[in-house]
Amino acid sequence: MQKSKLVFFLCLLTVIGCARDKAGTGITVAGSTSVQPFADKWAEVYMDEHPDQVVNIQGGGSSAGIQAAKSGACNIGTSSRELKPDEKDLTEIVVARDGLAIIVHTSNRIDNLTIEQVKGIFTGKIRNWREIGGNDKLITVVTREEGSGTRGAFQELVMKKDRVAKSAIVQDSNGTVREIVAGDPNAIGYISLGLVNNKVRALKLNGVPATDENIISKKYKLVRPFLFVTKGEPTPVCREFIDFVQSAEGQKLVSEEGLIPVK
Amino acid sequence: MQLKKKKEKLLEWLFLFFAFLSNILLVGIIIILFKESLPLFKEIKVLDFLLGRHWYPTYDPAEFGILPLILGSLWVTIGSLLVAVPLGLGAAIYISEIASTSLKEILKPVVEVLAGIPSVVLGFFGMVVIAPFLQEVFKLPTGLNALNGSILLGIMAIPTITSISEDCLSSVPRGFKEASYALGANRWETMIKVTVPAAFSGISSAVILGMGRAIGETMTVLMVAGGSAVIPHSFLQPVRTMTATIAAEMGETAIGSEHYYALFGIAVVLFILTLIFNIIADLVAQRFRKRIV
Repeated sequence: MQKSKLVFFLCLLTVIGCARDKAGTGITVAGSTSVQPFADKWAEVYMDEHPDQVVNIQGGGSSAGIQAAKSGACNIGTSSRELKPDEKDLTEIVVARDGLAIIVHTSNRIDNLTIEQVKGIFTGKIRNWREIGGNDKLITVVTREEGSGTRGAFQELVMKKDRVAKSAIVQDSNGTVREIVAGDPNAIGYISLGLVNNKVRALKLNGVPATDENIISKKYKLVRPFLFVTKGEPTPVCREFIDFVQSAEGQKLVSEEGLIPVK
Repeated sequence: MQLKKKKEKLLEWLFLFFAFLSNILLVGIIIILFKESLPLFKEIKVLDFLLGRHWYPTYDPAEFGILPLILGSLWVTIGSLLVAVPLGLGAAIYISEIASTSLKEILKPVVEVLAGIPSVVLGFFGMVVIAPFLQEVFKLPTGLNALNGSILLGIMAIPTITSISEDCLSSVPRGFKEASYALGANRWETMIKVTVPAAFSGISSAVILGMGRAIGETMTVLMVAGGSAVIPHSFLQPVRTMTATIAAEMGETAIGSEHYYALFGIAVVLFILTLIFNIIADLVAQRFRKRIV
């Protein structure tokens, strides 16, 4: 009786092991949590059309994704910020562009800020909404964690050399930043434009609303690339997936999901 | 007969292996923690790391001061004890000394169920229920702050404190109480002057274990404590703990970067702190046990 149980258990393990093995033979795409939901969509449609292919999408963050592509832990790394000089030895492919929206609570009276004002708020120089024409309330600044691709892009596009104030609240995903801003009338944060919903409001920057048209015409300045990176040239299997992502069909998914197509 | 002996021997080896397995794992973890944090200290002095006031690991120039993180951890831990000790100990005294047997049978398991609530669920509760509440009551810019973290960590530490304290209170010999009554003490005096002091070693270990639970807790504080890496001076401001820093940033850091080594450095500090707590818990428990006996 005991023995038969053991045998059964071992069989089960073998079956599980084999099943995992099979899933492991596809392409692994890992990295930016901002790219992840869109990569999931691409993978879903791609696998429908190529039933023999398996594409695994994983998160982990931009820096981790780039690192994984470098070390070979994944086939394609994804990044939601530009590569740093020491990462430039990888092959980079821009698969989409994404606007960075500065978001506030829907009840906030402010609807336009200059990039300088945004910078002032995030460095802690501007502390009260009154200073920029709003209500007499302290500003709750919400930022992303160190190492985040979204924070990296924000740093590069808005803050330049200056630091985000230490007193800022730190959240570790686009979703939680949005959740906090949605629940706090005094909050300001930044998230991927594709993830702005009706619970928060995206501000105009220098008088330009954050819309797809304004990003394409380059009037709206806070734009970052979504990158696929590979070590050396992509392998034929990866190439096929990347071609699909860059094809008209793949790019159509991009705009359906709220991003800006590259072509 | 021979077979049975062999079987026994085999089992003995097997259990020996299990017993050592956890030790081996522990040693392995310690080695990796130290090994992965060492490269940082070639670049930065240990004191600058421990006492630096600025945590800007991905900036240029980067700064790796973890004093705000250490104090943030201690701050919410102390806050959680202020919540958990009175509530947890009060509950333990009630369950052990006052409640009827049938009530006791309901109360104790219910308190222990509290321990089974996943921390992310509590964190979510803190975010959507407690944060707006605190913001409203104290007229704060944000409800995600040290107080919110302390309340939730306190709730998480209560089951540990109640459960262990109750066990210790119940195991105080009946003779102690009877002697006290015989000397004319009433129920309250007996409880405060005899039963609780007799169980003091257990109660203090319970509190320190609860503290260990609070300082090591990650998800809840990551979600509700606000995450500002500033030196805390009030419970109504956002703070960041060591655990939350590691959890939020480890996924996004490149392996082999200074930032990566610094996160391991934080883990070492956290490890040493919890080790100290555990040693103190042990010493306190031993000391009072001797005094009673």
